[in-house]
Amino acid sequence: MDAASAALIGMGLAAAGFAGAGVGIGYIFGKMIEAVARQPEAEGRVGKYMWIGFALVEAIALYGIVIAFIIMGLRGK
Amino acid sequence: MESNPLHPFELHPYGTLSLFGIDISLNKAVVMMWVVIALASWLLYRAGRERRLIPTRLQSLAELLVEFIKGMILDTMGEKGLRFFPFIATLFLFILFCNLLGLIPGSYTVTSQIVVTAAFALFVYAMSLVVGFALHGFRFLGILVPGGTPVLLLPLMVPIEIVSQLARPLSLAVRLFANMTAGHTILAVLFGMALSLPLWIGWAPFVFTIAINGLEVMIAVIQAYIFTILTCVYLGDAINLHGHAEGAH
Repeated sequence: MDAASAALIGMGLAAAGFAGAGVGIGYIFGKMIEAVARQPEAEGRVGKYMWIGFALVEAIALYGIVIAFIIMGLRGK
Repeated sequence: MESNPLHPFELHPYGTLSLFGIDISLNKAVVMMWVVIALASWLLYRAGRERRLIPTRLQSLAELLVEFIKGMILDTMGEKGLRFFPFIATLFLFILFCNLLGLIPGSYTVTSQIVVTAAFALFVYAMSLVVGFALHGFRFLGILVPGGTPVLLLPLMVPIEIVSQLARPLSLAVRLFANMTAGHTILAVLFGMALSLPLWIGWAPFVFTIAINGLEVMIAVIQAYIFTILTCVYLGDAINLHGHAEGAH
């Protein structure tokens, strides 16, 4: 296998990290629904932290994209 | 037709211009930043020009914004943090307008350049260090020792804390950059699909882009909020060494 195709495979593998973020986002929204179902008046306060948590989890997934970009940048050399 | 989803992020200077050997040529991102600054300051100037007891719509928007940023600062930094209000508000507005204006087709998302977000993040981090050392002197190094650590664990905890400190500017920069880049890349990929597929199926990715655009507006606001609140948390750490007392995280 030549280096170019290995780099492409590596870039694809970098996307595998999104699975973890999928689990994380599912957890966050699931727990949010659970919390609101138990205590509907807490929705405002819980919701604020839910969105922060959502954005943080999503950002972790996107580090995978950064790795793909790094590989793409190195590919040219 | 070869389509590269990363094409929208390329920057081409409008000609060369240099000052004392430093390249200061203009490009789309620079012009976009000027637009952002002009629009944000014009809007807020108009909102605050005549203060009425019964606010106009624009004025109540500005009041809402000020209250929101003030609440954010009080939650994370406490009373002492209000000195940083102008800085935090400027940072929040600039990132918010960059993110939102970048969603307009044909414009440019300044925050999708890692050099911009890295400059913000390094500035914020350097500022938290300067504030910490100015307020507490060398006691500020106590930030490397979490409260209640047994002496035996110190050789383990201090390196971990140093790494986590060094990761702060990195994660701050990469988070904003990656979110903006990824959103626009997804849009570019979907539009590329819509153009290259035959019409009977090509409408599906096009419809999907509408939903993604809605998500992107939300992400733009949330990421501006996250960047600002993490700035508040880092500055709050520097101001009230282990400032967990006031409900900071």
